[in-house]
Amino acid sequence: MKLSKSILAASVGIAALASASLAHAEPTAEVLHWWTSGGEAKAVAALKKDFEEHGGKWEDSPVAGGAGDAAMTVLRSRVLSGDAPSAVQLKGPAIQEWAEQGALANLDDVAKKEDWDAVIPKRIQDIMKYDGDYVAVPVNIHRVNWIWSNPELLAKVGAKEGPKTWKEFNELAEKLKAAGITPLAHGGQPWQDATIFETVVLGMGGPEFYQQALVDLDEDALKSDTMKKVFDEMRTIRGYVDPDFPGRDWNLATAMVMNGKAAMQIMGDWAKGEFLAAGKVPGKDFLCSATPADDGNGFLFNTDSFAMFKVSGEDKIEGQKLLAELIMGKKFQKTFNLLKGSIPARTGVSLDDFDECAKKSEADMQADQKTGGFLPSMAHGMALPGHLSGAIVDVVTAHFNSDMSSDEAVNRLVEAVELAKD
Amino acid sequence: MGASSSTESNLMASLQRNLSKIVVAPSFAASLFFVYGFILWTAWMAFSKSRMMPVYDWAGLRQYERLWQMERWHVAIENLLIFGGLFIVICLFLGCLLAVLLDQRIRAEGVLRTVFLYPMALSFIVTGTVWKWILNPGLGLEKMMHDLGWASFKFDWLVNSDFAIYTVVIAAVWQASGFVMAMFLAALRGVDQDIIRAAYMDGASLPRIYFGIIIPSIRPVFLSAIVVLAHLAVKSFDLVIALTGGGPGYSSDLPATFMYTMAFQRNQLGISAASAMMMLATVMAIIVPYLYSELRGGKKNG
Repeated sequence: MKLSKSILAASVGIAALASASLAHAEPTAEVLHWWTSGGEAKAVAALKKDFEEHGGKWEDSPVAGGAGDAAMTVLRSRVLSGDAPSAVQLKGPAIQEWAEQGALANLDDVAKKEDWDAVIPKRIQDIMKYDGDYVAVPVNIHRVNWIWSNPELLAKVGAKEGPKTWKEFNELAEKLKAAGITPLAHGGQPWQDATIFETVVLGMGGPEFYQQALVDLDEDALKSDTMKKVFDEMRTIRGYVDPDFPGRDWNLATAMVMNGKAAMQIMGDWAKGEFLAAGKVPGKDFLCSATPADDGNGFLFNTDSFAMFKVSGEDKIEGQKLLAELIMGKKFQKTFNLLKGSIPARTGVSLDDFDECAKKSEADMQADQKTGGFLPSMAHGMALPGHLSGAIVDVVTAHFNSDMSSDEAVNRLVEAVELAKD
Repeated sequence: MGASSSTESNLMASLQRNLSKIVVAPSFAASLFFVYGFILWTAWMAFSKSRMMPVYDWAGLRQYERLWQMERWHVAIENLLIFGGLFIVICLFLGCLLAVLLDQRIRAEGVLRTVFLYPMALSFIVTGTVWKWILNPGLGLEKMMHDLGWASFKFDWLVNSDFAIYTVVIAAVWQASGFVMAMFLAALRGVDQDIIRAAYMDGASLPRIYFGIIIPSIRPVFLSAIVVLAHLAVKSFDLVIALTGGGPGYSSDLPATFMYTMAFQRNQLGISAASAMMMLATVMAIIVPYLYSELRGGKKNG
């Protein structure tokens, strides 16, 4: 009787303690992101649910619009006023830029516990780390160098699959053009021009050339004959798009392929989301193939990630750690990427529920990692900080939308990069 | 008791005397800080090495040098000259013409005036979006003409990098000429009718009355219209964003869109601040002579 009483007292005490400590250190995370539409919003909701199930308190700070420009403006003012959000959707070298400002928190504890070094591809680790410490976590891997094609239209000119080399691409496009079909659906916005450009650089120059030209900004590579050939090909491609392309959004271009108004589109695998949302089946209603490669294969990646900012307060720091752990967890990586159309940023996630384009993406990624063909996308801000990639994009889009010669384009490219560097 | 009531009334009196100053003071302080303070801060930024975040290391004129070495900035400035020039001239001409025509005591003047003035009620974003549809060759005017059977009709300025800036002029003129018309119409109505009647008596023709008497007498309105239109042109941003997105490529970039791109997409705060100062200089070049002439004119009159 006495014993049971004291056990009861003790257990009440422990329970009180436990609940008190729970109340004290409820992990909290304020998450700043710009995933406000369609599948993206659903994907964030999945993360939120997961976080709350693990006892966390989620404060949502969505900033819509402008592909993140608006969110970055908010972020800048928040950091300047000393009130940074816990986690911010941030990607590529922008992570390093923020880390240089001393604004990012260190995630090495979680990284060691979860052994991130073993499950995240090396190239992506480099982006997530600053000075060897993890400061951000990747959520997905998008492949940029895809061609999405309409099998019906391809069949009209006797093609069964996307072209393998740029020569084949041009021949196929000529045939399509002769048959009265627009060969390439394209939206004429600078980043879309740059998306085509980088796939041509990769395809015609090979992975090594891509690395030298668009990642290392090697001057010899930038003004090489290969680069001139790339601009020649860009001029040729310009002849394969319909005249109304300037200013068109990428999803409208995707719709053109879907509705049989154009045969192909060069776009990252977020385009797949459009096909799937319209109830199309990969392999049957649309085809996915890697962009042409003359010299070795290659995989241009675009990774979304969350950077963790320095915050104060035990609950917030706990919240960051929990969030980071959940984001890298297999469960979230699977749900999120099924919704977003990309593939998981870590190994060990079962791809059984994914479609065949995603499986091909994963297989190519594994292969290209071994051969050095796994490369960051320049057009999507993975390879270079904004001011450098912006300088390149300016030249590419100016060339694509005028009758500038390839020689002039190459000269301007070198000049623009030089100017942006200092 | 008597003393306290007298101080009270003193207080009331001085309060009454200074009421206007007191009421104006907060907004004066706010604009001093938020407008002129930030102009100074921007000027300082333009001399710093700022990239992503503001830093205060002195960089001298380096940002201005970089700015003027950028091909894109030259395009933006050239576009501003084309756009600003055409926009002001065409708006003045159309506005003046419409005002003179409406001034002929015609029927349904109220309705027509509303029709012409109404575009001003729309935001530039709406104007830009609507004209984007109208001018898109595959969607609007050109397609309509083709559908009507005029197969050779071609109007693809919107998607042509050499002409895209002129489509911005079209949309902007459509929006602002009604406003200019309203300004002129008000001025025309203010002209002394006796002089006009006297000119009639002397047998002057209507065009002669307009060119010889009325238009010279409303000269100040021209000046005001030019100043308003010029600063509309320099700060033009939303129209370009909605209509062309600065494209094709960056061929229809204006200084304002250039500045936005540098500050918020490229992490080049320094260059962006330098371009903002160049825009300020442009506006000053218009406003200062205007203010000067106004103030001098004021003295002459007073």
